[in-house]
Amino acid sequence: MIETFVIEAGHTERQYWRDLWKFRELLYFLAWRDFLIRYKQTVVGIAWALIRPFLTMLILTLVMKVGKLPAGGAPAPLFVFCAMLPWQFFSTAMSESGNSLVNNSNLISKIYFPRLVVPAGSVIVSFVDFLVAAAFLVVLMLYYHFIPPSQIVFFPFFVLLIFAASLGTGLWIAALTVKYRDFRFIVPFVVQFGLYAAPVLTMTSHVPEKWRLLYCINPTVGIIDGFRWCILGGQNTVSQLELVLSVLVTTLLVFSGLWYFRKTERTFADII
Amino acid sequence: MSNTAINVKNLSKRYCIGQLPDENDCMRYNPPGLRHAIEDIVRNPLAWWKSRRAKKEDFWALKDASFEVKAGEVVAVIGRNGAGKSTLLKILSRITEPTTGRIEITGRIASLLEVGTGFHAELTGRENIFLNGAILGMTRAEIKRKFDEIVAFSEIEKFLDTPVKRYSSGMYVRLAFSVAAHLEPDILIVDEVLAVGDTAFQKKCLGKMEEVSKKQGRTIIFVSHNISAVLQLTSRAVVLDKGCVIFNGTTEKAVELYAGAVGDSTVFFPVESLPRKNRGTGTVCFISFRFDRPLPIFSSDENFQFLAKVWAHEASPRIRFSMTIFTSEGTPVGTCFGPEIYGMRRGEETEFEISIPAPRLAPGRYCCGVSVGKGNPRIGMVEFDTILDVMSFEVRAEEGDGGTVAEWMRGWGPVVLPDLEYRSAPLSHSFETVANGSKIFSV
Repeated sequence: MIETFVIEAGHTERQYWRDLWKFRELLYFLAWRDFLIRYKQTVVGIAWALIRPFLTMLILTLVMKVGKLPAGGAPAPLFVFCAMLPWQFFSTAMSESGNSLVNNSNLISKIYFPRLVVPAGSVIVSFVDFLVAAAFLVVLMLYYHFIPPSQIVFFPFFVLLIFAASLGTGLWIAALTVKYRDFRFIVPFVVQFGLYAAPVLTMTSHVPEKWRLLYCINPTVGIIDGFRWCILGGQNTVSQLELVLSVLVTTLLVFSGLWYFRKTERTFADII
Repeated sequence: MSNTAINVKNLSKRYCIGQLPDENDCMRYNPPGLRHAIEDIVRNPLAWWKSRRAKKEDFWALKDASFEVKAGEVVAVIGRNGAGKSTLLKILSRITEPTTGRIEITGRIASLLEVGTGFHAELTGRENIFLNGAILGMTRAEIKRKFDEIVAFSEIEKFLDTPVKRYSSGMYVRLAFSVAAHLEPDILIVDEVLAVGDTAFQKKCLGKMEEVSKKQGRTIIFVSHNISAVLQLTSRAVVLDKGCVIFNGTTEKAVELYAGAVGDSTVFFPVESLPRKNRGTGTVCFISFRFDRPLPIFSSDENFQFLAKVWAHEASPRIRFSMTIFTSEGTPVGTCFGPEIYGMRRGEETEFEISIPAPRLAPGRYCCGVSVGKGNPRIGMVEFDTILDVMSFEVRAEEGDGGTVAEWMRGWGPVVLPDLEYRSAPLSHSFETVANGSKIFSV
């Protein structure tokens, strides 16, 4: 059966989600490509996905020891690593997907496919790094003979949440970078600064009560605390306020990100 | 098969001149950069809001273009730069949306706006075949099935596992085209991709495209400046000019029209400051050429005549002119030398009238290369100055009796050789000698 399709102004809107399904293999190939080239011509290859968080963990542990910061009853490296796991995923996904459209401008100006595939592919590649680092966390826990509490069953939920938050933010930044290249400079700054705006080194309970609400608007706050709560337990808790705000802000990010991306998408080829 | 594969109806696309097209294509001026956007909003929110709605100067890259392509047809789209060809292709391949109008496409469509779209320099040839295939719309199973065929066509078996960044540009292009050539869409859109690779590979590509169109009955839309490729591959062509379809018919007619649109109607050619390809001694230099007529059009039976202004940098006791005529595709038709004449004093500027008595050129477009120097090929020569690719002119067919225009086929070549003469041999039955027949000899 030969299909007929129509091209006219505004028509692509209607077949967008069907096209996205048709191009799912492209999503796979783009993610596969990004993954391949990420560690091409490196000596240790994928091990970088381990070395980076490992070294950061060592440094942050040192900072905690020197500053005598509380670790909520868990070993300091574990405490730090539980926060770095989601944070590094979020920050890499944000910067990678932010640049993804501009880096693929040759594709975008030459062929048609739902552009959503590009930033989504970047988030998936960052997710592979996340999985490698998560495997390392297991090794770390074995090393410390640390038995996770029963709330570990909620772990997938928080993974899903950080994935959604990364995707939502990635979509916004990707679409904005196409038009305003300024975001190429803003994002690294946000990533650098964000480490201190999220409870990576500290616990949310240390933040003064009156700033707490503002602090928790950052969706990663609730997610990081959630990671600690379900992996470490003990004094590491996640408050209802944090959780609700995280879920709300993440949902908002995903839907507004999709909306903005879709709205600007059809002109990408013209302005990129 | 006579079903329509592509039906383009009143297609238009609007851009802004010198501005970035905005979400609504052209609804507001949009300086690049975030700072300007914020500044505009903060400074004067009302004006910003109004400017969102205001209309700016438009540029119609395509205007009301309509045409139809039947299934299995090979159609060329030609036109000079900026005629809207690329825009049309971009809309057809859905990269950008039309402003108004509608296209109906029946069948699977794939576009090749460039060879090697999505090739990644870091990846190996093997990896790039898969990636590029996926980007062009092949499924993984399809690529696996055709993998060997693609590799064989590209002739790069040995380097399959080398990153393509280490490939020579020829290898790169061959690999890229091979992937594209093995696509199996119902409709293929091809843009200028044949302008790459060495001649042998270009021939192979043309052959592959011919095979695809003739044997497999695919519909092909082919955009190229390579006139001979267009003539070889397509039987029908659409000519675009300033965004409008100005011609839709046989390729031969379209090419004529296009060639006419490319050359313009100047009759004065200042060449003093043009860069020279063949640097002569510079003793005498050309300043300008001109035709002493309102349009650069000659009839095929009249003298070709022009005026050349030269300036003597140094004194030269003897000078002579020579010229070569080229067809619009760049093939030389012939060369002639003039006799040596009196010299020029230092600093002297003179305009010479030069003519070739009835060069008997076939109808078509030509251009000239002109030299000034001394000597000739028989006794040895020195060139003072040479200008190539100048004085583009057209030769119109001579009018026959009763105002009919004689026809001259392209395949007959660029020169109308002198009419044949024949005499009957004294055989069994003799007949009157016919000399100087007036019919054009036809093959």
